[in-house]
Amino acid sequence: MAGLRVTDLAVARGGVPVLTGLSFTVAPGQALILRGPNGIGKTTLLRTLAGLQPPLSGTIAGAGEDAAYASHADGVKAQLTVTETLRFWADLYRHPLKDEVFADFDLDTLRDRPGGTLSAGQKRRLGLARLAVTGQGVMLLDEPTVSLDAASVAGFARWLTGRHLAKGGLAVIATHIDLGLDAPVLDLSPFRAAVDAPGGADEAFL
Amino acid sequence: MIAVLVRDLRLAVRAGGGFGLGLAFFLIVVVLVPFGIGPDTDTLRPVAPGILWVAALLAALLSLDRIFALDHEDGSLPLIATAPLPGEGLALAKALAHWLTTGLPLSLAAPVLGVLLNLAPGGYLWLFVSLIAGTPALSVIGTFGAALTVGLRRGGLLMSLLVLPLYVPTLIFGAEVTRRGAEGAAVATPLMLLVAITLLSLAALPFATAAVLRVNLR
Repeated sequence: MAGLRVTDLAVARGGVPVLTGLSFTVAPGQALILRGPNGIGKTTLLRTLAGLQPPLSGTIAGAGEDAAYASHADGVKAQLTVTETLRFWADLYRHPLKDEVFADFDLDTLRDRPGGTLSAGQKRRLGLARLAVTGQGVMLLDEPTVSLDAASVAGFARWLTGRHLAKGGLAVIATHIDLGLDAPVLDLSPFRAAVDAPGGADEAFL
Repeated sequence: MIAVLVRDLRLAVRAGGGFGLGLAFFLIVVVLVPFGIGPDTDTLRPVAPGILWVAALLAALLSLDRIFALDHEDGSLPLIATAPLPGEGLALAKALAHWLTTGLPLSLAAPVLGVLLNLAPGGYLWLFVSLIAGTPALSVIGTFGAALTVGLRRGGLLMSLLVLPLYVPTLIFGAEVTRRGAEGAAVATPLMLLVAITLLSLAALPFATAAVLRVNLR
């Protein structure tokens, strides 16, 4: 993998440009922390990197097929057990479901519990574990630590550095808390698009 | 594709799934109609093929909005969309899961419930055949409609309005096969048209569904 390279990127949300002139690179084995006030466009940027929406302009190299994006929501089905949920995501991404993931995310004792009976923090751990089992190289994480306790945050950081980054994966993380990672921080505030910036979705129709 | 299929089937048959919903609706309509229009054989027999088909169609419509909306609400859909599975494969797997949980059980139950409507003896086989041939189209068209309205709040009503006109050809030819079968007439022409609609939808609509899904996920 050659790493993630973003050049002069501009992204829009709901037809309104939010970020512009953004360039950065993330080398394999590295993480990048995104910071910025609410509404600056962290989620939009991550969705664009994941290929869920096209950029207004600029290029993204190195994400595409290899990316896994997790939104704020965990995608946990109330009727499926923890094992069934992880088995599904592993199968969908054609990646083996390794036993170590249960230990990594402290899900060992919850294997046969239906998703509906999990607490918010347990669901979040399952939501993160579902990303881990995809085996994708580029992890795009949107507020991954919401509703996690301190021990789980530390466990997540351990997984990220020990399992993911160590294998040459990379991660872009939007977060407001300190994960204890040795990672550069990118503040998005300077890249905020001007209110009347060009490139809105409806421009062609006006 | 198999992963999505197995998961959707599991979700459908577990508590709160959509499996029994369509079947129960079908049963209720078919049981209620004789109360509404009277138990007289001469009144029931001519309308039986049409009632059975309309009931089956509405039953299939009932569980359509669950196809993508549930995955969208809980945040599974973006991660499914970035998977190596192409959108067309996803659309087919979703449609197949929907058919296995609604179309197939409806086709199997319909001949049994036909008795309640005094369907003519010759019609049972053709009722089953027409439903087996026609319901896959309902599922594929419905999956397309569900993809169109994913992300819209209360999108179910809009989806019904979009999908119902597309269901009309299937309904016309499906009911016609059953009616002709019941009267002992030749069924070849409407049956071939019914199968043609199903095959055409199967060939074309997964691509449309995938395209619409990509646009809606933006």
